Amino acid sequence: MGERTLGWGLRLWVTLVGLLLVAPTLIVIPMSFGAGSTFRFPPEHWSLHWYAEFFTSKQWLASLANSLQVGLLAAALATVLGTAAAFGIDRARFRARGVLRQLLMAPMILPGIVVAVAIYGVFLRWQLNGTMLGFVLAHTVLGVPFVITSVQTSLAHYDPTMEKAAACLGAGRFSTLRRIVLPLIAPGCVSGFVFAFATSFDEVVIALFLQTPDIKTLPVKMYESIVLEIDPTIAAASSLIVVLTTVLLLVPQFLRRRSHHD
Amino acid sequence: MTAIRPAGKPRARAHWLLLPAAAVLLVVFFYPLATILWRSIAEPEFGPGNYLAVLGDAVALRVVLRTLGTALIITAVTLLIAYPYAYAMTLVGRRARGLLTLLVLMPFWTSLMARNFAWYVLEQRGGVIERAFAAIGIHGVTLLGSVAGVTVAMVQVMLPFMVLPLQNAMLGIDRGLLHAAGSLGAPRPTAFLRIYLPLSMPGVLSGVSVVFIMSLGFYITPALLGTPQQALVAQVIGTRVNDLLDFPGAGALGAVLLVITLVVLALLGRVAGPVGASMTGGGDRG
Amino acid sequence: MTEPMTGIATTQVTKAYPGSERPAVDDVSLHIADGEFMTFLGPSGSGKTTMLSMIAGFTPLSAGSITVDGREISRLKPHRRDLGVVFQQYALFPHLSVARNVAFGLTQRKRPKAEIDRRVGEVLEMVGLSGVRERFPRQLSGGQQQRVALARAVAYEPRALLLDEPLAALDKRLRDQLQREIAHMHRELGMTFLFVTHDQQEALTLSDRIAVFNEGRIEQLGTPAELYERPGTLFVAQFLGESNALRLRPGEVTIVRPERVTLHTGTESVAAGQQRRSATVTDVVYVGDHSRIWLRYADGARGCAVLGAGTTHEHRPGSEVVVAWHPEHEAVVPDAEGNPK
Repeated sequence: MGERTLGWGLRLWVTLVGLLLVAPTLIVIPMSFGAGSTFRFPPEHWSLHWYAEFFTSKQWLASLANSLQVGLLAAALATVLGTAAAFGIDRARFRARGVLRQLLMAPMILPGIVVAVAIYGVFLRWQLNGTMLGFVLAHTVLGVPFVITSVQTSLAHYDPTMEKAAACLGAGRFSTLRRIVLPLIAPGCVSGFVFAFATSFDEVVIALFLQTPDIKTLPVKMYESIVLEIDPTIAAASSLIVVLTTVLLLVPQFLRRRSHHD
Repeated sequence: MTAIRPAGKPRARAHWLLLPAAAVLLVVFFYPLATILWRSIAEPEFGPGNYLAVLGDAVALRVVLRTLGTALIITAVTLLIAYPYAYAMTLVGRRARGLLTLLVLMPFWTSLMARNFAWYVLEQRGGVIERAFAAIGIHGVTLLGSVAGVTVAMVQVMLPFMVLPLQNAMLGIDRGLLHAAGSLGAPRPTAFLRIYLPLSMPGVLSGVSVVFIMSLGFYITPALLGTPQQALVAQVIGTRVNDLLDFPGAGALGAVLLVITLVVLALLGRVAGPVGASMTGGGDRG
Repeated sequence: MTEPMTGIATTQVTKAYPGSERPAVDDVSLHIADGEFMTFLGPSGSGKTTMLSMIAGFTPLSAGSITVDGREISRLKPHRRDLGVVFQQYALFPHLSVARNVAFGLTQRKRPKAEIDRRVGEVLEMVGLSGVRERFPRQLSGGQQQRVALARAVAYEPRALLLDEPLAALDKRLRDQLQREIAHMHRELGMTFLFVTHDQQEALTLSDRIAVFNEGRIEQLGTPAELYERPGTLFVAQFLGESNALRLRPGEVTIVRPERVTLHTGTESVAAGQQRRSATVTDVVYVGDHSRIWLRYADGARGCAVLGAGTTHEHRPGSEVVVAWHPEHEAVVPDAEGNPK
């Protein structure tokens, strides 16, 4: 299609919507370099005070460590489960396949609050609330759909005849898995892992219910810093997360570009 | 047809690969859901008591209706904002489209808490929005603590879910059809209404359903930017569990949300493809 | 006959899928001699691909056995059979360069690096692709990809090369060119080739012998000339090309190939001892190197005659002709009404 120029009305509209889309990011980063102890924007004085606060506060650092730990474990677990499931969906031929896929995707679609209180209800009974295992299990469930989706994307370009070709060429099951199958789906697994990690790292609804004073994730700590106290350290934390997610989301993009084949 | 068909055995074996994920989801996801739904009819005594309480209690009913209304408003506003944006995306060149796509994905890139914090700052008393309105002579616009404040923040985060399916549908529309309509004597607005809009409907439907469903379940944004006086269902569910440990009551409200969600999904499934496809761009559970 | 110990031999091989009424492959016994170019020809669903798939080891047998040089292989995994396979859709590994694709079978066999390098160079040279060693499959055309696949399948000198409709995905010009290259490779390597196709022209051009498959069985096995000139069944006669199929006696069909008939405007010019039949010309198609004259016989049967280029003739649609042929060019097959064309 030929390139067209937009009319001034559409141009203005697109600009305003663009502004709406970037506004939050434009707020967070300057806020983090403020010096005041309120949420006043724009800050009157500039400093690195809130970054210093973040990196010296035991509570903030502990919540960051918890989030990283939960995120990495949940993403790893979700990647293993989701990759296997994606293969199963791709290969198995039985009638309930479509239904099963929908069920595995359900955690992505159903309202977060319902999922949160439901999980909280049974975790209370199993004494999993306020435990690392509890956070990891809950976030794994949320991550699985992302892994399935991204692994399925790389399986879409994947021709099962290649496994036969490898077999004729003398490769056994393990060798085929290692030399052909895994390299081909690796980008899907990596982006699935990244999405699962990002989901866990950002998740706050379930975490709010599972948290105890002893174990909080970073988003929970941020939530409390708005609701319970006016603590501008959240601005520093937010900016750090924005930078981190940007880097994380660029990784699969980069991988996909490198191994794009069709 | 004549190409070598895959041998029977590996396929037969493949469904075991689904088992681990299915098992974990069963224990950590479906069992809890089933439990809370069961408790909503079994406690404190077996029967529809909790549901009658929701439907019979004026406050609870108002909460449900307010939630539906808010979700509708959010959906409508998002559609109105997104449609021209998506349309513009199909008109511009490759590089401009790349930039517009990047912009529309911004809400995914900004973490949930960071974004809500930003809206808190913007909407608070004496915040940027209030001062901006004051500058043009309208005073006292404090969005924080109002349904309007919640709506603005939620529209922003819902935009990608609306823009992407819209753009997808629009890219498939042959612009030659508009010229054809013009040559047949249809003025531009008529051509748009009779040709372009109907052809973009699959995108509209899929975007509208996704946004509506997701708006129903938002918890954090209303909790931070809204007010308990104008609570939405998600907040009430949260409060019942957190403050009262009233799982059966929360379960009943949750069931209402689930039913609405599933009904919308089922309706969508009839008129469009599976929703999963348009919801996989990124998740946001706020 | 060749010594039955060498080459590929199948004995009463049967493949029955549960739930289907007739076996996909039904009691097929066959011997492919060492170095032979054998083609399995047949329509879709005739069992030819299933047969190849069982020899390659992708499909387990329901009954029977397969031996290579006297060694039973039907229970071996594909990677222990030492066969090369070329697939219709190439099945190149997209994440490996051309050189590493070709080297795959050799590295799998743990050959020394120097030998691998040399061998990869040789086979790529043979398929005329020495210049693309470091490219990736997606950077190659379809024809080039299939050449790489060929090179990959012969690089480790397997016992035999199995080709599953390798040219079906290519356009006509490329197909002809690759046909010649495959024939050339066969001569050069002296390897047993087992080729599967539904294209009779391809089969006739390439093969030493052809096994015509129909409904899970071998309908006829023979050299291209035997099958074409002396078809054993109506199915084979019709599958291998145009013919004049005449029902001269009850229960029998007489087959005469278009190249074997002559057309006459009267009976005077017909030589003594020749068979003759009158017919009406329905169509005349000029194809460049020859003309095809389509005929309808008095009993309604359709037929065809081929006149070489340079033959001047005055046949027009509607004109009456006498079709003549020498009895030794007839093939008589049992009549089977309702056989697929």
